[in-house]
Amino acid sequence: MIHGIPIQYFLIVSTIMFFVGVCGFIIRRNLITILMSVELILNAININFLVFNRYLFPHQLQGNFFALIVVAVAAAEASVAIALFINMYRRFNNIDVENISEMKY
Amino acid sequence: MINYTYTVWIVLIPLFMFVILGLFGMKMRNSLAGILGSLGLFTSTVLSYITAYFYFFKVGPVDGVFQSVSAYNIEWLAFTDTLKVHLGVFLDPISVMMLVVITTVSLMCHIYSIGYMKGDTGFQRFFSFLSLFTFSMLFLVIATDIIQMYIGFELVGLSSYLLIGHYYEKPAAVAAANKAFIVTRFADFGFFVGILLVSFYTGTFDFTVLINGDGSIFAGMAAASFMGMNIITWAMLLIFIGGAGKSALFPLHIWLPDAMEGPTPVSALIHAATMVVAGVYLVARMFIVFHFQAPDALEVVAYVGAFTSLFAAIIAITQYDIKRILAFSTLSQIGYMILALGVSGYGGEEGVGYMASMFHLTTHAMFKALLFLGAGSIIHAIHSNDLRDMGGLRKYMPITFITFAIAVLSISGIPPFSGFWSKDEILAAAFEHNKIIYFSSVLVAGLTAFYMSRLFFTVFFGKKTEYHHTPHESPWVMTIPLIILSIGAAFAGFIPFNELVTSDGAVFESHLSMSIALPSIGIALLGIFFAFLLYYKKSNTPDKITTSLGFLYKTTLNKFYFDELYLFVTKKIIFNIISQSIAWFDRHVVDGSMNGIAWVIEKTSVKSKELQSGQLQQYAFIFVAGTIILVLCFAYLFN
Repeated sequence: MIHGIPIQYFLIVSTIMFFVGVCGFIIRRNLITILMSVELILNAININFLVFNRYLFPHQLQGNFFALIVVAVAAAEASVAIALFINMYRRFNNIDVENISEMKY
Repeated sequence: MINYTYTVWIVLIPLFMFVILGLFGMKMRNSLAGILGSLGLFTSTVLSYITAYFYFFKVGPVDGVFQSVSAYNIEWLAFTDTLKVHLGVFLDPISVMMLVVITTVSLMCHIYSIGYMKGDTGFQRFFSFLSLFTFSMLFLVIATDIIQMYIGFELVGLSSYLLIGHYYEKPAAVAAANKAFIVTRFADFGFFVGILLVSFYTGTFDFTVLINGDGSIFAGMAAASFMGMNIITWAMLLIFIGGAGKSALFPLHIWLPDAMEGPTPVSALIHAATMVVAGVYLVARMFIVFHFQAPDALEVVAYVGAFTSLFAAIIAITQYDIKRILAFSTLSQIGYMILALGVSGYGGEEGVGYMASMFHLTTHAMFKALLFLGAGSIIHAIHSNDLRDMGGLRKYMPITFITFAIAVLSISGIPPFSGFWSKDEILAAAFEHNKIIYFSSVLVAGLTAFYMSRLFFTVFFGKKTEYHHTPHESPWVMTIPLIILSIGAAFAGFIPFNELVTSDGAVFESHLSMSIALPSIGIALLGIFFAFLLYYKKSNTPDKITTSLGFLYKTTLNKFYFDELYLFVTKKIIFNIISQSIAWFDRHVVDGSMNGIAWVIEKTSVKSKELQSGQLQQYAFIFVAGTIILVLCFAYLFN
């Protein structure tokens, strides 16, 4: 229990983070920015996990571990994605999501 | 009983010749192709003569009546248990007679063509089509079944089309071929509807059932009526339309003069001796039905025949193209045959018209084929069809001159040549039954003598025309058929048709009545005399007469403007008004609705295709938007 800070504050922050991430994911064309947006979404979720765990079930650890798993997955995902982006950059000389359509048809 | 099964070869040999010449002809030398075709036909001819000998003389009439024989019969299509189409060989006096006539004339034309078509690039093609035509015509006459006859009608129409269009580089020939095909095909539609009517009510296609003299199967047709006439009359009229199209009877005569664009042997074989008598043969074949079940239709037949013969004879006087004169003369003579059938009764002496018609068919085949082949010989010599380019040819072409003279005397009805005997029987039959038709026929006899003599005197006597090179007599392959046919034209009149081909198959006594014969000889001589006065020496009297007649002459020269009338009806009325509106409906309504459906589907698919853009962010957007909408919906619903 964190004194003086009600749960809504945390939730508002995480919601803003989440929708900023979603908007970034939809709007931005640069793949790295999109990846960053995805990280933002994941971290918004993490905040929710931690906050709900802390406020609702303070003596249990499921939320914390879920957050850890998400961080691990996000790290793995980021490494794979960036490896892909580097290859794309070498191949096409840019990483704009709309231009990479070679394998589409 | 004699086994006539071999008669099937009479028909099949020309078919094989067609296939062989059609497939391998191009690899053969011209002369080989011609000789092969002629040899095949020679075999058919011999077989036909053997058949005729056995049928008419060896077996002869049983109890005074010639029996019809079904020599060969296979079931081809069975629609129901009773309604079946058979193919086969049906022999009775008229079909045996036709076999002899067709194979004889066809053989002569084959031999003649070897000379006439020499050097033509389509020589082999010509001979293969000639064989196809002979096959089709024989197939038609031996029809055991009305559907077989219909198939034969279509086949002769097709081969006629192919042969008229032989010189397919010439636009006129192509137009003539199309015209012939379309007009006859149009008429065959009537024939087909007639067949459907007959078979619907009687439940059979078989000639042995239809024409056995027992009228009970037609009871249903006679009882039913449509627009004030009973169905049998309608059916027979429709069948007659089919015959009229093939026989070029008024008003379906327009294709025959144009058909002269084909090579001359084709004109002789198809458009004079054989195919154009298919209609006469059809009426003769169904004669018993016409006479007993549909006397009104037979009346129409008689008047159509009489009118055609008069109409064509008048036009023939004014024409200048030698082949067109002969074509109109053919029309006129076919009118004779048809009117003889129309006025004929049934059985014994009553059936003299029927006998006369078949008699005239035979003699006409001889002398008209001879006239055409003679004309071909003249055209071959001077390379022109126009009467005005000819004159004084008797010195250059003695054989053509003599044979042509025999044919002219024969068609004019001068005894003892064949045309006299058959024409006399026709006039006798017409005199017995209908005085109007009789007088018109006598007039036609005079006109025939006049225009044939005009042709004859202009070509062989008359002015001396200067030719580019001296005309010469044709080679022997062309003159021998002329000589053989001239023997036929001279002596075919002595064949005792009253003992061979009669309406009921029974022999009857025929006698020459002086009161019929003398006027017809008189008017024929008168016609020849006038022609002699006008055309024997070059004079300007004919020109004076034509200018004094003015309008009448011009109308006749233009064949009473029938071609123009047909063109007007087809081009202006049918094409412009009916076809244009149908075309509009088709393009805008039928095509429009179909195109509309296609347009809607296309647009939908283009739009839905955009969903599958492959753009990750678009998918994400839709996913997010959908989720938000769902969330809002649930929030609203479960609030």
